[in-house]
Amino acid sequence: MTDIFGVPIAVLLGQLLLGLINGSFYALLSLGLAIIFGMLNVINFAHGAFYMLGGFAAWLLLTALGLGYWETLFAAPLMVGALGAVVERLFLKRLYRVDHLYSLLLTFGIALMLEGLFRHVFGAAGKPYPIPSSLTGGINLGFMFLPMYRAWVIVASLTVCVITWLVIERTKLGAYLRASTENPGLVQAFGINVPLMLTMTYAFCVGLAGFAGALAAPLYQVSPGMGSSVIIVVFAVVVIGGMGSIGGAIVTALALGIIEGLTKTFYPAASSIAVFVVMVLVILIRPSGLFSREA
Amino acid sequence: MNSTTMVSSLQAPRRLRTTRGLLLALVVLLMICAPLAIYPLFLIKILCFALFAAAFNLVLGYAGLLSFGHAAFFGGAAYVTAHAAKIWQLPFELAVLAGTAFAALLGLAFGTLAIRRHGIYFAMITLALAQMIYFMAVQMPFTGGEDGIQAVPRGYLLGIIDLRDITAMYYTVLGGTILGLVIIWRTVNSPFGHILSAIRENETRVTSLGLKPERYKLIAFTLSAALSGFAGALKAIAFQLASLVDVTWHMSGEVILMTLLGGMGTLIGPIVGASVVVGLEHFLSTSGLPITFIIGLFFVVCVMMFRRGVFGELKALLERSKP
Repeated sequence: MTDIFGVPIAVLLGQLLLGLINGSFYALLSLGLAIIFGMLNVINFAHGAFYMLGGFAAWLLLTALGLGYWETLFAAPLMVGALGAVVERLFLKRLYRVDHLYSLLLTFGIALMLEGLFRHVFGAAGKPYPIPSSLTGGINLGFMFLPMYRAWVIVASLTVCVITWLVIERTKLGAYLRASTENPGLVQAFGINVPLMLTMTYAFCVGLAGFAGALAAPLYQVSPGMGSSVIIVVFAVVVIGGMGSIGGAIVTALALGIIEGLTKTFYPAASSIAVFVVMVLVILIRPSGLFSREA
Repeated sequence: MNSTTMVSSLQAPRRLRTTRGLLLALVVLLMICAPLAIYPLFLIKILCFALFAAAFNLVLGYAGLLSFGHAAFFGGAAYVTAHAAKIWQLPFELAVLAGTAFAALLGLAFGTLAIRRHGIYFAMITLALAQMIYFMAVQMPFTGGEDGIQAVPRGYLLGIIDLRDITAMYYTVLGGTILGLVIIWRTVNSPFGHILSAIRENETRVTSLGLKPERYKLIAFTLSAALSGFAGALKAIAFQLASLVDVTWHMSGEVILMTLLGGMGTLIGPIVGASVVVGLEHFLSTSGLPITFIIGLFFVVCVMMFRRGVFGELKALLERSKP
């Protein structure tokens, strides 16, 4: 038995692996999106642009400064996060009092600015980023060949997701965060600097997007359009999972990555719309999302 | 609100109506004479986008629904119209009607799904659904992929007037745009329109009055989609082209910007916004500056500095300056 419905097992497993990788990027992004929405009540349209920025930061640090992979993987998210903090302080902060739609439109504008700027400066073509020498090669698992870098991407992003989840659900800092989503006024009255916490949350989540971008750089080429193509899928993921639960966001993201991979194997023409079809089904069956607490 | 503004707003209507009527007549007269001074195809583009933005404003400005997927109606209708005119060889009117009907059906489907969720989710769902249409347009054979559908025949208006003549085409599009705007104006000023505004202000209250907000939202959304499709259909015929550009999410964003810039919830605002954005793009396309960046910058400036838009701010200023 080497075939499943006429598809060789090796091909199927290869696509599943790709799906899992895409899923772990979706997870990093939708996790940040869900936390930002929970804390700031903002739908961060610029999340994709910050992901793109992470990729470009890594690429620029490598080509212009000659920094190694591990340094860039650390530095790129910090740079993106710092920019996020500036955006929150300068713009988003002033929009908390008005309708949520304005912050969505603002971040949409920022996304367009970043994408337009990078397209103007670097051109639309992708920039290759070499896989670090310590992670080249792969392991033969007997039934399939597992490239090292791909395994590392899955492990790294899932670890970061789980740590973030633990911090929010299990630590004192996380308790403050959760408390201020419920009642920011009361938390502030207990002497906690809520505005600072909001800035840090936004910076951290945007930094996660930057981390995802830096992680993605050796797998996909770095290009100005990489953010906008992923953000819409991530929005669909967030609609499917519901933004009430962080664990839910991670699980949904991985599941959808795998569904996408499976569609690519069995019916390639539909692979780009698979996630959206799932979204339509979920809206019909459970409108508030799979992991939502509201219904 | 104090008593003086109450009185003035009660007395204003008759005088305001005559001024408004005169202004409107002046604008229509200007539009009739415009092709003498300005390149007609450029004017057609402004008209199509003005209608598109006004139709979009029906859901954003009046019903308070932020749709991020209106490009699907605009661009989708353009494809259907172009296909109907070129391959099925339908006459002009039927081809436009086919596009509009397609957009209306698509709007009904999108609306039925998206209205199940509120606020920000509504925006994300419409965006995702429109992206699905984009991917379909990329893959389906009849859309011609990257090339789009080119050399669409313009045909004859009512079987007599040759639309290959650019001036005839311009007046046809002008007529279509005015028709669309009148429909929007009638809708907004009808009891239906008032209920829409009430839903935007307080949906729970409307429900408590025994009305079904979902039904009103769905009708408004479908109407908006149909009119957006009408605009897209006219554009496809006038430019003899239906392409991927019209179905991308950038297009959905652009129509939001037009409405926001001009002033949402006003009738004139979107038309002003569309003229500004189309004019700006026309100017920028030869300057070598990155258009996407500047469109984004406009968004940021609009949201931060004047959320009521050019026309909305002007209106507020006039009301404040009144004695």
